Amino acid sequence: MTFFLQLVVTGLALGMIYALVAIGFVIILKCSNAFNIAQGHFVLIGGYLGYTFLVVFGLSIWISILLAIGTAIIMGLLIERLALRPLVGQPELAIIMMTIALATVLEGLATLIWGGEYKTYHGVLPTLALKLGEISMPSESLIGLIVSVAALIIFMLFFRYTKIGLAMRATAEDLQVVQSVGIKATTVYAVSWIIACVVGVIGGILLGGVSGVMIPLAEVGLKAFAVVLLGGANSIGGAIVAGVILGVLENVAAGYLDPLLPRGGLANVFPFIVMIIVLIFKPHGLFGLVRIERI
Amino acid sequence: MAIFRTRGDWGILLAFLVFLSVCPLFLSDRILTIMTMIGIAIVSVHGLNILTGYCGQISIGHVGFMAVGAYVSAILTAKLGWSFWTALPCAALAAGIAGLIFGLPSLKIKGFYLIMATIAAHFIIIWLILQLYHVTGGPDGMPVPKPKIGGFVLKSKASYFYLVMVFTCLSTLLANNIARTRAGRAFVAVRDNDLAAEVMGISLWSYKLQAFFIGCVYAGVAGVLLVHYYAFASVDQFPFMDSVWYLGMLIVGGMGSTSGAIMGAISLKLLDELVTIVGPILSAVVAAQAAASLALITRGLVIILFLIFEPRGLAHRWGMIKTYFRLWPFSHEE
Repeated sequence: MTFFLQLVVTGLALGMIYALVAIGFVIILKCSNAFNIAQGHFVLIGGYLGYTFLVVFGLSIWISILLAIGTAIIMGLLIERLALRPLVGQPELAIIMMTIALATVLEGLATLIWGGEYKTYHGVLPTLALKLGEISMPSESLIGLIVSVAALIIFMLFFRYTKIGLAMRATAEDLQVVQSVGIKATTVYAVSWIIACVVGVIGGILLGGVSGVMIPLAEVGLKAFAVVLLGGANSIGGAIVAGVILGVLENVAAGYLDPLLPRGGLANVFPFIVMIIVLIFKPHGLFGLVRIERI
Repeated sequence: MAIFRTRGDWGILLAFLVFLSVCPLFLSDRILTIMTMIGIAIVSVHGLNILTGYCGQISIGHVGFMAVGAYVSAILTAKLGWSFWTALPCAALAAGIAGLIFGLPSLKIKGFYLIMATIAAHFIIIWLILQLYHVTGGPDGMPVPKPKIGGFVLKSKASYFYLVMVFTCLSTLLANNIARTRAGRAFVAVRDNDLAAEVMGISLWSYKLQAFFIGCVYAGVAGVLLVHYYAFASVDQFPFMDSVWYLGMLIVGGMGSTSGAIMGAISLKLLDELVTIVGPILSAVVAAQAAASLALITRGLVIILFLIFEPRGLAHRWGMIKTYFRLWPFSHEE
């Protein structure tokens, strides 16, 4: 039982980070109707930025996160302006291919700048130990949990109480109406890409603290897609719930089934199996909007 | 309408075939290898073109289906001792069936959701290959015999080049013809507006799955050609990024046109070759990792630039150039 609870608790922390990454994806999807395949690569860049600020420059965690957010904002602005804006009005495939190509370029840049090597910053983060009975929570996971919950709350407040947040929610609802009342759609797009970059980078710093940074860290983006599909592609609440579900399921399944399989590695393929099942039986996810199509 | 309409077309075709059949006599092994790889890529991109370019079902799991064909053929020839020529159709069929299974979600979903399903297909297929290690060799891979015709083993680069070129030409002809059949027209209708197509009486269920089947059969054949060329099968030959790169070839060449698929495959494979030449020089000058990152960055940038500046691909541009010269000197500026 302790083993099970332990798996659930670490899965929960992991799931919150997945949810954070998935939210970046959902925000772009809602506001500009673009599917951002590069979300996982924002995470990768975030991990390496975390390494740079924490280890190379030796800054404290909070300053590092602030600096990383600053970098992410510039990155988001550049990506939106240079790559995505020329494609407004193009078919969906073009936009998806653009984000895939962006992912490739980001991976190339990460390889160029950081050498694509395994970097870790385990000891650098402050230690917080939590023990409930026999279940202990690793310090990195706990920090991940706290920061992702905080980020989620900040974003909820942002969408609820700021003017640009309102504009973004309106754009998600109906682009034409929004433009006719004088909201600049391009600003909304830019802000949504910035937010996506920021949450990706924060997620990257946190995941990097848990498991180290390497190029395959970008695959966490694929897990975030599984989260998005399970939760419903246009629901932020769904992303949070699904993130937690998937994080816990993955950890528990890996903990119990991996010893039975000769080669293990179930944790890596598990999200994809979930994905296929969701897509076949419930393509709009748990909380997604079922879109009725007309000719 | 015939594919080859004028005597000029026939002449060009004949000249091209004669060139293909004599070029191993004077080209070096290295260039023959590049051409063989281009041929295999063309077969694969034709499949993707039918599935994505004509039918509009975006697949980023194409390499996964190549792996299915490759491993089925590898197991049949290496473990069961079948000949290459009986293993090839079985492998193609297996890849097609895998395509049908993972194409099932396409009945309910499209666009991004389908992309996710095909990405999932890729990772599940590779995971299964690694799990079945007592048959497939898992991460160690497995040796595969070279194909034989009668008693003659296609061991030399030149002989394998001929084999691949035969398949490339046949698959091009077939792809061009599929596009002009009832099914091909139905694919285009499904791509342009699937609801309208259904209202017109086109069975989405049947034609989407047909597109998946045909596209994945092509992928399977390409996979078989690839592993028998290397005489070795390993999951490293089927990296996920190659699926993206095949889609990139389709974009650079132009979606939904056979000549576009060929142009895309040729130009991007040549670009790859250029990168393998320039990469080491750059690595020596800048940093050790420059070669690896250069490959990634050029791939991404090419796709980005084509999406922004030439979204209809080389085939469209080629058509415009041809029209310009046909009308010259009385062409009009658009």
